[in-house]
Amino acid sequence: MATKVVMEALSPTMEEGRLVKWAKAVGDAVKTGDTLAEVETDKAVMELVARADGQLLQQAVAEGATVPVGDIVAYIGAPGEKVAAQPAATAAAPTPPKPSPTPAAVPAVPAPAPAPAAVSAAVAVADATRVVKASPLAKRIAKEKGVDLQLLQGSGPGGRVIMRDLAAAPARPVVAAAPATAVSVAVSSGAAYEDVPLTQIRKTIAKRLAASLGPVPHFFLTSDVDMERAAEAREALNQQQGDAGKISFNDIIVKGVALALVKHRACNAWWQDDHIRYWNEVHVGMAVAVEDGLITPVIRNADRKPLSAIGAEARALAQRARDRRLKPEEYTGATFSVSNLGMFDIDEFTAVINPPEAGIVAVGAIVPKPVVQDGQLTVRRRLRLTMSCDHRVIDGATGAAFMKTLKQMLENPLAMLL
Amino acid sequence: MPTITYRDALNQALREEMQRDETVFLMGEEVGLYQGAYKVSRGLLEEFGAQRVVDTPIAELGFAGIGVGAAMGGLRPVIEFMTWNFAVLALDQIVNSAAKMLYMSGGQIPMPIVFRGPNGAALQLSSQHSQAWESWLAHIPGLKVVAPATPADAKGLLKSAIRDNNPVLVLEGEMLYNNKGEVPEGEILIPIGQAEVKRPGTDVTLICHSKTVSVALKAADQLAGQNVSAEVVDLRSLRPLDEPALLGSVAKTHRAVVVEEGWPHCGVGAQIVDIIQREAFDQLDAPVLRVTQADVPMPYNKQLERLAKPSPEKVVSAARRVLYLD
Repeated sequence: MATKVVMEALSPTMEEGRLVKWAKAVGDAVKTGDTLAEVETDKAVMELVARADGQLLQQAVAEGATVPVGDIVAYIGAPGEKVAAQPAATAAAPTPPKPSPTPAAVPAVPAPAPAPAAVSAAVAVADATRVVKASPLAKRIAKEKGVDLQLLQGSGPGGRVIMRDLAAAPARPVVAAAPATAVSVAVSSGAAYEDVPLTQIRKTIAKRLAASLGPVPHFFLTSDVDMERAAEAREALNQQQGDAGKISFNDIIVKGVALALVKHRACNAWWQDDHIRYWNEVHVGMAVAVEDGLITPVIRNADRKPLSAIGAEARALAQRARDRRLKPEEYTGATFSVSNLGMFDIDEFTAVINPPEAGIVAVGAIVPKPVVQDGQLTVRRRLRLTMSCDHRVIDGATGAAFMKTLKQMLENPLAMLL
Repeated sequence: MPTITYRDALNQALREEMQRDETVFLMGEEVGLYQGAYKVSRGLLEEFGAQRVVDTPIAELGFAGIGVGAAMGGLRPVIEFMTWNFAVLALDQIVNSAAKMLYMSGGQIPMPIVFRGPNGAALQLSSQHSQAWESWLAHIPGLKVVAPATPADAKGLLKSAIRDNNPVLVLEGEMLYNNKGEVPEGEILIPIGQAEVKRPGTDVTLICHSKTVSVALKAADQLAGQNVSAEVVDLRSLRPLDEPALLGSVAKTHRAVVVEEGWPHCGVGAQIVDIIQREAFDQLDAPVLRVTQADVPMPYNKQLERLAKPSPEKVVSAARRVLYLD
């Protein structure tokens, strides 16, 4: 029997896809894993691959047509095999999106083989809104020990948390220790993050602020940063590097942000509606303008990567973003973001937070400015950074402390070595 | 303590009870002159005479009905079926008369009757004569069902069954009759409804009864070699079920595998899993697994029959799965 090829969820939020181009013609031999077509999702152009071997018997969708996730786009089968009665190819007209509110996880799996793209998409979603699978016993022990199951990586089938996974889990008081103390601790190794339940005051702050200023209650902190020494360091480094990957100011800023986040975990956090997730890993999202919008590829563990690696990765990600070739796992999972409009000669601006992250730093242009130093008027290269904070997670003083650390690091790049 | 066979343990139980109470009598095919198809009634005709050891025609429904009538009249019949496969013919008397008499007479007519015989597969008796009926029988309110695995349990449970004022079905095993075990001398009475831990352990509970007790014990030996400590719980009685014993063991090990000779669908194990998930939900670290006969009529072919039956290897595999070792 012919195998149906359906539109797969190629990004975590994809509800429909536009078939850009067929890579196989009717009658072509196809093998599992072969690219059948290029599909434009809501984020990128992705490859729809074959999940069966045989011959492409029929294209059920014309190039340019938009198809809801789960709908049939083609059939694969034995040469000469008849395809069961089905509607003719859909015209290249936009199809109304399916009402289904759950895009990624639900679509009918078409073929026997598992779908790697769909799986990675599902994983990306699961990261953000993970339903913890745990044995009843593990749940009971976790409750008794005050361990947050979200923190654990289950070793049972499908990631189920089982008793042995709790043996090594650190206990914490069930009644939340004041988040303030937990928060002030610097990023440590071990679990990827820690979920701290909301205290009453935090819930009230969240509710009131959210009601006052849209779903994410922003506030902004601006800092004027002297970039003279950073510029000198950059020039020296780039002379040494030669042409092998220049380091940009943006790379230095990303690194500085990552290191400052290590010192201020309170800002490296996700708002999760009923709790706050404080990350022990630092993944910096980097807003990149693309032709018809904006996407935020992620530099993972940026605090632990050398500047040269951050630079190379940032360039590669930005290029793939502009080519719309980013994979879902490359643009999800940031714990904090940086947005840079310096190249457009913007002095300073405010960026909108990318939920569930709690903060974003907007980077303006580096420009020579008259400043007073040691009582003397001099000209220095200066940069204005503006941090947008989600007030449900970050309070004024918390954000300010982070910005102070960031400013110190950029003004004295040697501090990054500390 | 004397070591005797399961067969002789049953024989002792019958003899002792017939000596103790003259209203007890044995009836069935070949129980008298032939001394029992499996020689369980050896010597009884000689000792107690033809009035109390009664040979019957091949007419299960008929002699089961005579037994029910005798119990109504104040006697304590023990009805032997050559196997429980043949007892299917007598199910109307067991289910509709024996099981319901006390209830439908408003408590006026007790039913002190025992139905006994070998149950489950032996070797190459094929589809019609290799069946394990306990899920059918334990289904019926008004009946008690016991399934002893050892000579001592066989003796103690049969004696309790004979003294019980309710119909009690004793499921024996053709493959068990020759098994030897220590049986205390003199009176032993094992209360109906009590499970026994046949081997203590800490990591996984193997729940079994009748012939699967030896399967589970062999599996526990193999598991011990893999650093897994298995607890073997012998149900002994299927109705009533010893729920506290089951739940106590699961509370200790957090994992269970149910081993039975019957088919999986609506089997005894399904009932046990229901109890465990309902009463010990928060104790479970893994879903309860079952090892049963394959869901097919028992094959005659020796190799296929072996594959269709529960085996220590299947139990080990299930135990490793609930321990997340595989």
